[in-house]
Amino acid sequence: MTQELVLVVIKMIVVFAVALLVVAYLTYFERKIIGHMQLRLGPMRVGPHGLLQPIADGLKLFVKEDIVPHDSDRWTFYFAPILNLVCALVLLAVIPFSYNFMVTRLNIGVLYILSLASVGTIALLLAGWSSGSKYPILGGLRSAAQIFSYEIFLGFSIMGVLMISGSLDLVKIVEAQSKVWNIVYQPVAFVVYIIAALGELNRTPFDLPEAETELVAGFHTEYSGFKFAYFFLAEYANMIIVSCMAVILFLGGWKGPVLPGIVWFLIKMCAFFYFFIWVRATFPRYRYDQFMRIGWKIMLPVTLANILVTGIVMMLV
Amino acid sequence: MKDAYWPLILVLLLAVGFGVVAVLMSTLLGPKKPDPIKLSPYECGVDPVGDARMPFFVHYYVVALLFLIFDIEVVFTYPWAVYFKKLGLFGLLEMVVFIAVFLAIFIYVWGRGALEWE
Repeated sequence: MTQELVLVVIKMIVVFAVALLVVAYLTYFERKIIGHMQLRLGPMRVGPHGLLQPIADGLKLFVKEDIVPHDSDRWTFYFAPILNLVCALVLLAVIPFSYNFMVTRLNIGVLYILSLASVGTIALLLAGWSSGSKYPILGGLRSAAQIFSYEIFLGFSIMGVLMISGSLDLVKIVEAQSKVWNIVYQPVAFVVYIIAALGELNRTPFDLPEAETELVAGFHTEYSGFKFAYFFLAEYANMIIVSCMAVILFLGGWKGPVLPGIVWFLIKMCAFFYFFIWVRATFPRYRYDQFMRIGWKIMLPVTLANILVTGIVMMLV
Repeated sequence: MKDAYWPLILVLLLAVGFGVVAVLMSTLLGPKKPDPIKLSPYECGVDPVGDARMPFFVHYYVVALLFLIFDIEVVFTYPWAVYFKKLGLFGLLEMVVFIAVFLAIFIYVWGRGALEWE
């Protein structure tokens, strides 16, 4: 028992430390990649090729003045960023990075991740409401509208994978893909999942709650210092989670020839990071009623049809 | 590796601990020079007009209720999806009935214009 406990604690600290480092450097790579896509150099000043930029940013945010506007609801104002970050970090515990490397294995891994990920997005609503300022409230309301739009088709898009693997356990879902990856059987679900994931991440083209050209900074307009940093950490940590889920559900997790499993997992994960950054550099933002229309009137019927077709094909084969 | 739920408690403690301690540290380390203008809500530099927490569009409630109903249906469908192979043809027919009912509600809602934003 003590041995088990020590093992879990070590794994937990490794996963958290690596995740926070990855998150910090994701911001760097995002700025760098988008910079090069727009024929700029991106950060160059701090360290060689700006490699120390994320550390400088972190330190700067750490010693910034902590401003709480006088119209805000003080406790909720502190609670929202912490809730957002905690929900993102806690999810990392169940991700199987290889057959043996995960903090803990749950037989309801998919449900755990879906449920806590949606609690994390409610933090944005709390943040917008508690700021007591007009732009954050508009951002918070849009975030609510966004949750209503993507959450349903996100849930339905995974259904086909669950039907094929017959389990909610992430390890079993990967093991079921030993021969053929799920993306071959479920291409429609994969596309729908990626669109829903962009909605959940609040990233372009669905960054409506932030919308810096319309709402200043949306729900985190009034935030400063480390509370502001939390929203960023949480956004990028969620990017890790969403990429991991896409890899596990559709791309065969750690399966791959020659290289060890964890390397394959990380390669596939990085491909998704690059994809999300690429999308940000390419697409304009949707209007929120357009996003609701896509969610309710297109994606929902498409995912329902996908479930039926998957069921019928599985009966016939 | 076997199923275990207790590590989640440790993970939660670590995450909450990190979250709370880092915010407290930064609050203690940062400078504190508040003044009324700095603490006023941001409104592009002019004095804030009225209360920010204004009443919002009632349509949000309709969509929120629809979301709640449909999302619960998603959750109820999960056990079915996991047991699909064992249920066989009976399970598939059940799902056809379920989706037919779902679609009937969905078309009604659509027809009543609950999904339109004006």
